[in-house]
Amino acid sequence: MVFALAGNQNSGKTTLFNQLTGSNQHVGNFPGVTVDKKEGIIRDHHTGEHHRGPRSWGHPRHKRADIPPKEQATVVDLPGIYSLSPYTSEEIVTRDFLIKEKPDGIINIVDATNIERNLYLTMQLIDLGIPMVVALNMMDEMRANGSTVDVNRLEEELGVPVVPISAAKNEGIDELIEHALRAAEHKERPRRQDFCTGAVHRCVHGIAHMIEDHAQAAGVPPYFAAAKLVEGDEPMTRQLALTQNECELIEHSVKEMETELGTDREAALADMRYSFIEKLCAETVVKSGESREHARSVAIDRILTGKYLAIPLFLAIMFLIFWLTFGVIGSFLSDLLTAGIDALTAAADAGLTAYGINPVVHSLLIDGVFAGVGSVLSFLPIIVTLFFFLSLLEDSGYMARVAFVMDKLLRKIGLSGRSFVPMLIGFGCSVPAIMAARTLSSDRDRKMTILLTPFCSCSAKLPIYAVFTAAFFPRYGALVMILLYVMGIAIGIVWALLMKNTLYKGNPVPFVMELPNYRLPSPKSVGLLVWDKAKDFLTRAFTIIFVATIIIWFLQSFDTRLNVVADSSASLLAGLGRIIAPIFAPLGFTDWRAATALITGFSAKEAVVSTLAVLTGTNVANLGGALAAIFTPLQAFSFLTFTLLYTPCVAAIAAVRREMRSGRAAVCVALMQCAIAWVCALAVYQVGSLFIG
Amino acid sequence: MNLTLDKLPVGRSARIAAVGGQGALRRHLLDMGLTPKTVVMVRKIAPMGDPIELHLRGYELTLRLEDAKNITLEEVDG
Repeated sequence: MVFALAGNQNSGKTTLFNQLTGSNQHVGNFPGVTVDKKEGIIRDHHTGEHHRGPRSWGHPRHKRADIPPKEQATVVDLPGIYSLSPYTSEEIVTRDFLIKEKPDGIINIVDATNIERNLYLTMQLIDLGIPMVVALNMMDEMRANGSTVDVNRLEEELGVPVVPISAAKNEGIDELIEHALRAAEHKERPRRQDFCTGAVHRCVHGIAHMIEDHAQAAGVPPYFAAAKLVEGDEPMTRQLALTQNECELIEHSVKEMETELGTDREAALADMRYSFIEKLCAETVVKSGESREHARSVAIDRILTGKYLAIPLFLAIMFLIFWLTFGVIGSFLSDLLTAGIDALTAAADAGLTAYGINPVVHSLLIDGVFAGVGSVLSFLPIIVTLFFFLSLLEDSGYMARVAFVMDKLLRKIGLSGRSFVPMLIGFGCSVPAIMAARTLSSDRDRKMTILLTPFCSCSAKLPIYAVFTAAFFPRYGALVMILLYVMGIAIGIVWALLMKNTLYKGNPVPFVMELPNYRLPSPKSVGLLVWDKAKDFLTRAFTIIFVATIIIWFLQSFDTRLNVVADSSASLLAGLGRIIAPIFAPLGFTDWRAATALITGFSAKEAVVSTLAVLTGTNVANLGGALAAIFTPLQAFSFLTFTLLYTPCVAAIAAVRREMRSGRAAVCVALMQCAIAWVCALAVYQVGSLFIG
Repeated sequence: MNLTLDKLPVGRSARIAAVGGQGALRRHLLDMGLTPKTVVMVRKIAPMGDPIELHLRGYELTLRLEDAKNITLEEVDG
């Protein structure tokens, strides 16, 4: 049995999904788009007499004579949407899933504190004629505020079961599961499909009657199809394969309705739905003034989105998160992890040496496997800590405020304020930044944000800048570094404008966004998200990233005749560096060691510095002097420009592949960044040469 | 009479007369509850002067000034 979980954003949908399934989840994606498809098995629920659902909200329920047999039921978490209109990929995915996959039931979560807008989607879902249960969420807040909902009446008017719940407090979930199972089992379709009156009613019914055969042939519920046709929904027109004559009849009927109402088709249906909801809420919902949560949110926003404090406070919060992640917690956990890995490596090293294992195998295990796994694992604390904070920002409702405050900055490049935080994270580490783009509510924005993240110079490049500026620009070190960061951003902006006018030319999703009430994040949701991201990263770490590290190890350890090299300059990698070195000649740096260092930088940016040290036969502390023999200051700056922009490390590329759901996209990003870096470094060097001579 | 939502001062409420524009934007505005006859209040303007925050149907919504231009108002309350 399959259930679809549908509801607005910020309605507590994820929390409910977690309550329904526990940690029993599987994340996939809907075909063709980067929209998450989370599935889970609905947990065992308590049947029988002892409900955990609070009786105080209860009302006479159907007799529980037939306890459903234990059949495994899965629930699919659909994207958070406000309507079943055909405009965003999230809405289309939801529609397609509901119409084509034909779930056995829909669980529609409705935020009781924001019931008017939430029921708008409910009414469209009812049109689908699929067995459905409304989960009326946040009833704990309603109760605490002395507000009430007449659930029986609501149920009667909507024609579907309504179960009051509190997803955050895990109240009413058992009852919800029971009702959902029963509705699906008995194929209890919504008892009512006719909410409209007057002209809209006549128009929708006339068309529903007329297209019934087409709808049945296309597998679309006729009433839903008719409502969509009245709205002027193009995908539906195509789906039904209507004849010219029928289309004209529909248009005629709609015109009549429009003339009678004095409004257009889309507004007429929206108005019809909202009018019904207003009337329904007036009859069933008693709100005792403004809720505490709302009053509190308005008060918090006076400061957090206030005219003067909004931006300083945002920067302070982000600074704190960066400091905690990369400074305090991240480095503490990283050190701990490194110590653990070192101890393990030492033990393995000693064991293998004592065993007298073949030196190549020894090197493979110690320098390849252990070093590779170790370097990948060193990312993990940062990812876990960052996502811990990010999920606090998201779940508390602050992320929406950041979007509100920062929107103007990103608008010119075709994005919205929603992309600000993920891109900012990119200055710390590209991997979580790319993963964080998933919180964006539009497919287009998500892809664009991911493609722009590599322009935010990540912190792993800092050691490279530090060594080079100390060696070549000791007096202007800070200035050169700032210049590099600004250059990254500037080129990113140019790239974004290019994308906006070519690849992502289509209409951006309008920035019409809800600012939800501030809420305390649920520890379970935060925990599950962090766990999810860690698992996700580790899966990739032990596949693609691991393989890449082994390849680099292989190239470093062997020469062309597959003998183990004693001198690193004789390795395959060095040979490869020599082969590609001429590519960099126009950029000013021809030394093969620079090219080789850039190749190792693909495994991790920190490797650029250590490779240069190894190849110049010195250590990192004395690298500056050795570099002076390889580069002139201008060549050094050209090298830095290239480093700033060229392909992100393999971990980031793996993240791109995962988030864009496309290996080709990942390869494109890597190649494209190299091309951009090459062109920019070329410009820097050639223009610089004109001045310096 | 031809007051549009982007011109409504902070703290003031008004009733929506019509929602203009087209395609995804217009539909999205309607879907979010900005339908004719709905009362909206401008709660604040973002620190950089755009977008604006509205209060309607018991919740907070933000939209850009250029999009708010599409919404014409009637009956501005004091």
